[in-house]
Amino acid sequence: MRRPAARTGRAAEFWLLVFAALIVSSALVIVELNQSRELTWTLAAYGGGYLLALAFAHVLVRMFAPYADPVLLPLVALLNGLGLVMIYRLDLAAAGKAAAAGQQAPTAQAPAQLLWTGVALLCFLVVLVVVRDHTRLAEYPYTLLLVGLAFLAVPALLPARYSEVNGAQIWIKVPGLFSIQPAEFAKIALIVFAAAFLVSKQRVLTSAGKKVFGLVLPRARDLGPLLLALLICLGVLVRGKDLGTSLLIFGVMLAMIYLATGRVSWLIIGLLGFAAGAYLAYRLFGHVRVRVDIWLHPFADPQNTGYQLVQSLFGLGTGGIFGTGLGAGRPDIVPFASTDFISAALGEELGLVGLTAILLCYLLLGGRGMRAAMSVRDQFGSLLAGGLAFTLVFQMFIVVGGVTRLIPLTGLTTPFLSYGGSSLLANYIILALLVRISDSSRRPAAAAPRPAEDEAPLTDAPTAVVPVARGVDR
Amino acid sequence: MRRPVRNLGTAVMVLVVLLLANLTYLQVVRAGALRNDPHNSRTLLEEYSRQRGQIIAAGGVVLARSDPSNDAFRYQRKYPGGAMYQAVTGYYSSVYGATGIERAQNGILSGDDDSLLGDQLSDLLTGRDPRGGNVYLSLVPAVQKAAWDGLTANGYTGAVVAIKPQTGAILAMATTPSYDPSPLASHSEAVQRRQSAIINSSVPSPRTNRAIGAVYPPGSTFKLVVSGAALQHGYNPQSRVTGASRITLPGGGSMSNFENETCGDGDGSDVTLTTALAFSCNTAFAEVGMSIGAQAIKNQGAALGIDPDGTNVGLDVVGSRMGDMPDAAAVAQSSIGQRDVALTPLQDAVIAATIADHGTRMHPYLVQRTTRPDLSVIDSTEPVVDQQDAMPAAVADQVRDMMIESEKETPGAGQIADLVIASKTGTAEHGTDPKNTPPHAWYVAFAPAEDPQVAVAVLVENGGNGALDATGGKVAAPIGRSVIAAALSAGS
Repeated sequence: MRRPAARTGRAAEFWLLVFAALIVSSALVIVELNQSRELTWTLAAYGGGYLLALAFAHVLVRMFAPYADPVLLPLVALLNGLGLVMIYRLDLAAAGKAAAAGQQAPTAQAPAQLLWTGVALLCFLVVLVVVRDHTRLAEYPYTLLLVGLAFLAVPALLPARYSEVNGAQIWIKVPGLFSIQPAEFAKIALIVFAAAFLVSKQRVLTSAGKKVFGLVLPRARDLGPLLLALLICLGVLVRGKDLGTSLLIFGVMLAMIYLATGRVSWLIIGLLGFAAGAYLAYRLFGHVRVRVDIWLHPFADPQNTGYQLVQSLFGLGTGGIFGTGLGAGRPDIVPFASTDFISAALGEELGLVGLTAILLCYLLLGGRGMRAAMSVRDQFGSLLAGGLAFTLVFQMFIVVGGVTRLIPLTGLTTPFLSYGGSSLLANYIILALLVRISDSSRRPAAAAPRPAEDEAPLTDAPTAVVPVARGVDR
Repeated sequence: MRRPVRNLGTAVMVLVVLLLANLTYLQVVRAGALRNDPHNSRTLLEEYSRQRGQIIAAGGVVLARSDPSNDAFRYQRKYPGGAMYQAVTGYYSSVYGATGIERAQNGILSGDDDSLLGDQLSDLLTGRDPRGGNVYLSLVPAVQKAAWDGLTANGYTGAVVAIKPQTGAILAMATTPSYDPSPLASHSEAVQRRQSAIINSSVPSPRTNRAIGAVYPPGSTFKLVVSGAALQHGYNPQSRVTGASRITLPGGGSMSNFENETCGDGDGSDVTLTTALAFSCNTAFAEVGMSIGAQAIKNQGAALGIDPDGTNVGLDVVGSRMGDMPDAAAVAQSSIGQRDVALTPLQDAVIAATIADHGTRMHPYLVQRTTRPDLSVIDSTEPVVDQQDAMPAAVADQVRDMMIESEKETPGAGQIADLVIASKTGTAEHGTDPKNTPPHAWYVAFAPAEDPQVAVAVLVENGGNGALDATGGKVAAPIGRSVIAAALSAGS
């Protein structure tokens, strides 16, 4: 049942990239027009640089991952590009404000973000070139665990002046040079570790324990990994005051355990554990309480503690259905508009319509990642792809949910959109891994013929054992 | 592990759907409330940073415009018209709100008006900033300048209103003292507050629009109203009236002519009504008023537009009044424009304009037309008749002829060769000690008498330079004549 001459999808990727580039260029032009500025060649150079980088990436994907999912890279190019446009637009607002106050304009963020985009694309390519076979990653689980934990722990252990920004102790600052947010990278290392670990322990994890209320509970001693995840998160939460990262890591670990076991009981136990942890955190830690109180009553103190969230809501409300138009709103009123609150800025200027389109891009991105997870031949790849795809969407959910007051506000960057080198780099590495896995899943099998791709009906899928139909013993 | 992956995929979808549902709630259901929340500075910023429309005088002279600026408010409101037009344009201040046309025509100027709905929709779809429409005023710059210069050249406190009699178009509306409105539209709150403090500490207050926002005893100019009433109640221009320098009023009081003179430099015997008006004899009009009665005077005054409720000419005009005139003595005093009679300068100009237009009273207006940002016309003012026969045409023409005689007896500079002006002066006592308070000086007129092109009312408070012997003829008439000259040479 080998497919004859499988389509690579590179042509589709090319045209989708052109489409993304068109949207981003139009957005940039609209900003310029709405800000009553002249279209300059400097701007064209920026745009051209971005396009050149994309073209380069496309060519290398052709060379190193010819069968990769053609939608992934264009989606990211679109998000990254829109983020760049918005950051540039906020730069203009900041410069205007400074000029009106007679001060010097603050350092523009857009050029830095463009530079980081270039570096991130390089990282993307390096990962594609170096990791020719994603299964090799499974060979170093504990090294990765150590790296991940170290990345998480270093800022927490460093003196605050080398690690604290805006109250969260999650940075590594090299004064005068750069500062990185290691959690963004730790997240990847932990996911790779989790995928390798869960695959190797799968049999143990899925063996049955007691049955209560129709749920097959896992054995107590198998709760280890989950507890470990909880502990890590609590550590991050307590020491770094980083609610977002702890929520993210916990959510992703839980999702991966579920992926590996197929057991709903794990989910329930995890969620109960989360509820207990959340309640304890609320009772024990002032900063958690403050966040929750702002979430519940943002308008109680709109000029002070509630300011960020209230301004974000005002921006979204003012934007309405169609938005004020790019460059025609006041997204700069919201603090941290280029990082945590970039979705509020986009929602204000592009409206519900534009923000919906952006959220659907994430849904597509997650969906394509899940598709790679479903069709890749090996279980490690499947777990890894599922975990990575889930991280992208879940991180976006935590940020956008916080900004729109669906859930309490926690500080995280919006993948690909927000200003921030670490975030861009890490997420482009995730993209590279997804591209790599999708390439392997779509590559026509050269050796043994694969089982039919047709999906088994849901009812056929065994529940006691994880339904691994293929590629178990590699 | 396809099923868990699929379930996780569903979970991802649920997460995104949750976000979208919440966003829809925020950006559609709650959008209005969030937008209008008092803590939302965006709405205010947006309002003050739109490209507001222009206010333009006749001939395309821009009185108020918005120039692009490089700060949080994207446009800077400017008033090239300055203090000369301030009473009409008003200002648009982020601290003090709006006044004048800026306030009255805010819907058009800001672009919020329903008549600009089409533009709003296309602005919405293109994401372009909404722009305001323009307001074209009837003011003629040359006439306005003559009025302004006349008042400010001598540092007078007062007002001038000029009206085109056949249409009611207001050609000039000046008031002094005034101030430059531009600092009040500054983007710096400190500048705004400083200018406001200066204005507030100025005496007399520059905040009052003396043309439409204050009433003054009209003095002898009110004799035009009494003349109109008398001519409809048995009198004619040749009717004999008293020429005595002093009469005794019912109830014991007395009334005398200006400087206790007999009427028309005569021997105190009877004179014609025309002579009585020409020389502004108080005793004659007191008797005429008493003979025709309070009701006749009130009816004529109301027909000429004197209304305690005021009116709107594009800006609100405070009410003018004649008082109750409860007894004969009150009627006598009211007949010479004293006691409780109080008119806005605009109202006095309307009286002159009505006589000029053969008794037809047109509704005065300031706004000629409004246009969209692309200059297509939204609304164009059609002249409106307020009262068809405020005076029968024949009576109006008789009063006009009497006014021509009056002009001949009126001193003061500015007479124009070969131009026949019909006019009436007023020198109105006021205050708690009238004999020792400089009187208000009035001059109402129109010209050319046979084919009136402009009617004007001039009021100078307290005789201008504070002289007790100030008269309407000496102080106000020269200003009125120069305004007439400007209007005629501007061809309006």
